[in-house]
Amino acid sequence: MELVCPAGNIPSLKAAVDNGADAVYIGFRNETNARHFAGLNFDNKQIGQCLAYARSHATKVYVAINTYPQAGNFAKWQRAVDQAAEYGVDALILADIGVMDYAAEKWPELRLHLSVQASATSHEAVRFYAEQFGVKRAVIPRVLSVKQVAALVDNSPIPIEVFGFGSLCVMVEGRCYLSSYVTGQGPNTFGACSPASFVRWSETDSKLETRLNGVLIDRVNKDEHAGYPTICKGRFIVNGETSYAIEQPTSLNTLPILPELLAIGVAAVKVEGRQRSPAYVAKVTRVMRAAIDAAMNDPEHFVPDPVWLEELTSVSEGVQTTLGAYQRDWQ
Amino acid sequence: MKIAPSPVPLRLSLGPIQYHWSKEKMLGFYRAIESTPVDIVYLGETVCSKRRSFRHKDWIDVAERLRGAGKEVILSTLALVEANSELGYIRRICNNETFTIEANDMSAVQMLAGKTTFIGGASLNIYNSRTLNKLVGMGMSRWIMPVELSKSALAGFQKKMLVGIETEVFAWGRMPLAYSARCYTARAHNVSKDDCANCCINDPDGLQLSTREDEKFLVINGIQTQSAKVHSLIVEACDPAPGIDILRISPQSENTELVITMFDQARTGAATAIEATQELACLSPAELCDGYWHGEAGMASLSTNCG
Repeated sequence: MELVCPAGNIPSLKAAVDNGADAVYIGFRNETNARHFAGLNFDNKQIGQCLAYARSHATKVYVAINTYPQAGNFAKWQRAVDQAAEYGVDALILADIGVMDYAAEKWPELRLHLSVQASATSHEAVRFYAEQFGVKRAVIPRVLSVKQVAALVDNSPIPIEVFGFGSLCVMVEGRCYLSSYVTGQGPNTFGACSPASFVRWSETDSKLETRLNGVLIDRVNKDEHAGYPTICKGRFIVNGETSYAIEQPTSLNTLPILPELLAIGVAAVKVEGRQRSPAYVAKVTRVMRAAIDAAMNDPEHFVPDPVWLEELTSVSEGVQTTLGAYQRDWQ
Repeated sequence: MKIAPSPVPLRLSLGPIQYHWSKEKMLGFYRAIESTPVDIVYLGETVCSKRRSFRHKDWIDVAERLRGAGKEVILSTLALVEANSELGYIRRICNNETFTIEANDMSAVQMLAGKTTFIGGASLNIYNSRTLNKLVGMGMSRWIMPVELSKSALAGFQKKMLVGIETEVFAWGRMPLAYSARCYTARAHNVSKDDCANCCINDPDGLQLSTREDEKFLVINGIQTQSAKVHSLIVEACDPAPGIDILRISPQSENTELVITMFDQARTGAATAIEATQELACLSPAELCDGYWHGEAGMASLSTNCG
């Protein structure tokens, strides 16, 4: 089972490689990828540096070009595909049918992975991309229970990659317009959820409020920690009660079910967080490497080390973790 | 003297019911639709496979009746597919030989591609012409533009639109904004999805979610999250932007026939945009918005304010 880790800059890439990632995924410094944040990602020259470092340590490099070009700006995505292909990266992670069609036609030898942003949740959907564009692996949205992942792996014509750790999208990736509803910019079209330019933090006498384009997402006491105003992690009123109506600030953590993921034949486990620090990447990669190795060596007696769990929780949203949709009763 | 070709009239469609209604309510609803001026009706459960007020036979019965009343009838498939049993049902719908299918997920596209013509639903990610034309090559004859795309995006598509391909635009209703494994209606009742007891049947227009400033923000509809505001493109019924063939009206629990009537009056010139907007504001369960159409935040209102 391959460990796929995130990198938003060169120190993070080195941290992932040095701590045991089998593959690192990166993106270009523009809206062609789903972590389009200021100061993050790689220009053309840096991609070359990444590849050189990763290659010297036998680590693969995947490039995410996983947003949706619109009429009139398709050329930018084509250019991203061409540049990555010319560098000879190990795979492209794509979401858009048009971009896949272009890549498959222009670079038939280049390995393509299906991004989670393509929202393929069934083996028939995965089969579509495998048959039409020769996609070699699919990353699936965080919506299936372990049993459903197993059924998908069994029936899929290509290997399946799942999310193993990181910030939790509770909505099906690639089909969430919450951010664009509030700000006009969302993951599909702009490559970012709840863009920072729309975020406002303000203080009242006793409270701290977080807003996204004016919409109140959360309000906490001044001595509490206020999370980033991602819409799905805010507190709202439903039926007269105020609560985290969608989800609490939390991160996905699959350490407790690693042997199950191995047993059902999951090909790769992905860590979320290209926007996070090199220290995060180093810590999570190290823990996941140790955990996967332990689970592979002796799956029957695998018990997550409490130190690993503590380390992962310390870098989690809201300092808590969940198994998310893998666990049926979370749904 | 050149005679201008008579323009193809703008058609109106009724989208699938997004909410969970009782069998009696659905039967009554579609009986009333038979005599409305809507041209196309989309039928089927697109949100949650646990909603079973209608069995397959009930859908087919209603489909036949509506077709008998002169409507073009389309069968719509589930947007979020998770279980093999759901794939089985989608396959059954796709194998029917009478009605065209609206594919709302790539699973359905995979079952239909190259075999028969189909319609690409609003939850397919069609953001550019290369994607659109690739799907057209597989048999897609009509597409519903993703709701987050704008009028100028549509103009961009027009430049490379193949002849005969129909474009449908979501013109009335609360917009589907997201889908999830988790059921938020069940969560609001402190139970898990497996123990939901179909509680969403009590919210025929969804469950209101407000901010702590009592701003009506979103609507919870089981595993789907919708806009609280009602998206209205009535202005496009009066004076359609180039490229719009069909305007879609999404069913609401009350007054849907009246909404259809207003859109019909707007398209025939019997009502002006201002009159129709004022009338619709009264018929709407919530404030109107049209930001996406103008390239802004979806919740913004640019031409829906009637002063």
